Amino acid sequence: MTQRTLAVVSAGLSQPSSTRLLADQLAAATRDELVGRGETAELRHVVLREHAHDVTNHLITGFPSESLRAVLDTVTGADGVIAVTPIFNASYNGLFKSFFDLIEADALTDRPVLIAATGGTARHSLAMEHAMRPLFAYLHAVVVPTSVFAAPEDWASGTADAALRSRIERAAAELAEQVHRRPVSTGPSDPFALTTSFEELLNRREP
Amino acid sequence: MQFGVFTVGDVTVDPTNGREPTEHERIKAMVAIALKAEEVGLDVFATGEHHNPPFVPSSPTTILGYIAARTERLMLSTATTLITTNDPVKIAEDYAMLQHLSDGRVDLMMGRGNTGPVYPWFGQDIRNGIPLAIENYDLLHRLWREDVVDWKGRFRSPLQSFTSTPRPLDGVPPFVWHGSIRSPEIAEQAAYYGDGFFHNHIFWPKEHTQRLVNLYRQRFEHYGHGSADQAIVGLGGQVFMRKNSQDAVREFRPYFDNAPVYGHGPSLEEFTTETPLTVGSPQQVIDRTLSFRDYVGDYQRQLFLIDHAGLPLKTVLEQLDILGEEVIPVLRKEFDSLRPAHVPEAPTHASLVAKAGGAKDSTVHAVDDVTGKAPEANR
Repeated sequence: MTQRTLAVVSAGLSQPSSTRLLADQLAAATRDELVGRGETAELRHVVLREHAHDVTNHLITGFPSESLRAVLDTVTGADGVIAVTPIFNASYNGLFKSFFDLIEADALTDRPVLIAATGGTARHSLAMEHAMRPLFAYLHAVVVPTSVFAAPEDWASGTADAALRSRIERAAAELAEQVHRRPVSTGPSDPFALTTSFEELLNRREP
Repeated sequence: MQFGVFTVGDVTVDPTNGREPTEHERIKAMVAIALKAEEVGLDVFATGEHHNPPFVPSSPTTILGYIAARTERLMLSTATTLITTNDPVKIAEDYAMLQHLSDGRVDLMMGRGNTGPVYPWFGQDIRNGIPLAIENYDLLHRLWREDVVDWKGRFRSPLQSFTSTPRPLDGVPPFVWHGSIRSPEIAEQAAYYGDGFFHNHIFWPKEHTQRLVNLYRQRFEHYGHGSADQAIVGLGGQVFMRKNSQDAVREFRPYFDNAPVYGHGPSLEEFTTETPLTVGSPQQVIDRTLSFRDYVGDYQRQLFLIDHAGLPLKTVLEQLDILGEEVIPVLRKEFDSLRPAHVPEAPTHASLVAKAGGAKDSTVHAVDDVTGKAPEANR
């Protein structure tokens, strides 16, 4: 059985957080789908609230604290990413954006990503399409077609209702399929690795 | 082991009283710091090069030439010389001139600079940072070693039968360090030429330093300049000291909290844990500095940043007194006793002349219009 890792990033700020609840359900569903494809999945939860200060410090100093470095490596080294944010003022919240601003431009290239969001009303749901999807498109990630939005009414019974449940399962199957098709992640890239020789650098001189 | 100070040359408000020095005051303060460095027994003074406010040192060889005239043994260096946006021909000329005037007390450190807007002011593009550093330095390296250069490249107009004057003092070019924080290409460049590698080692975690220095050492050996532990490594460091460490922390905190680079971000305590910044007693600075060797190996040059973030000149001069009296003598003794015999000191003009088999006048005489004699024929 192939061992996969899924980074589950949630940017909810309240506790308990419906964003985290949605992230957990997406993660569990994706894991089940991977198991159905003969693989195992380790879920690595990244709760951004716990790293809010470190995220700000990184923006200011240009380097991550040791614990934030580990978190960034978890995300860039995973086989797939589940990214969930609350919608604030018509877009992802600032914490979510600040965190993904710290990801190197090529670190998520060809990485399967599932986007999901929560909000006070279903009228916020298109924020995923006009904000989250372009963000990950810019990062050259592969965003699965189904995005998942959960409004308060979806949780009315305490768990996801049938319509939300079916979207979760569809999105999870899409993510699992994209992960399944790819080779196992070799982990985060090393920014200090020398990928050229000096002869090559010199020879590049001529136009 | 060489010890010294390096300055960015920033004009910054003193956050404790709101006072901002004039450019004139800051320039004079930089000179005072350099003179004090020699007085208290330090070996090196290095100035940054910047072309935008709030920085004053846009003309490094002018200030270094002035300091050279007022000192006897201080090494004059840069941190860094912008190899990307300066014309390598002008660097060759300016620093050879400084080398003559200072009787060989000069070396320099190449860097790319860090702000995008500077590049277009000098007709360049920051996206070409690495290629510019590679091409320009390759030309500079030749200009100091070949009397007559024919050259064609991507970024500068071609040269035909060009001689950079004055020729290097005693036929020996100034030693060059290459500074980089996170670019493996620059560590590779330093290794290729057998030049020194300097990591600024102040605002970033030690892992950055460790990775790049190790890469440089491996590649230095690969290119046949000696074993990895014989490569020439320099480090920065940032310190603030008082007799009692609590006093140092109390006095430095407002400068830290408002510093242009990292202020309003992590706490002083976080930053001293995550980066080489040391704020405390002289003994704490000694212990921390000795620990650098644990992750970069035996190294040749240690420069401290002591004058940024609006610290008043008086305070900076007190820091130099503490360095000279209590810190450097101990570090010098400790590092020297730890370093194995086969690991060299940092090159100096004297050692480079000795290595070249002695001094030789390298003056290139002009071609005689009447006889048509070539420079070589006049020797």
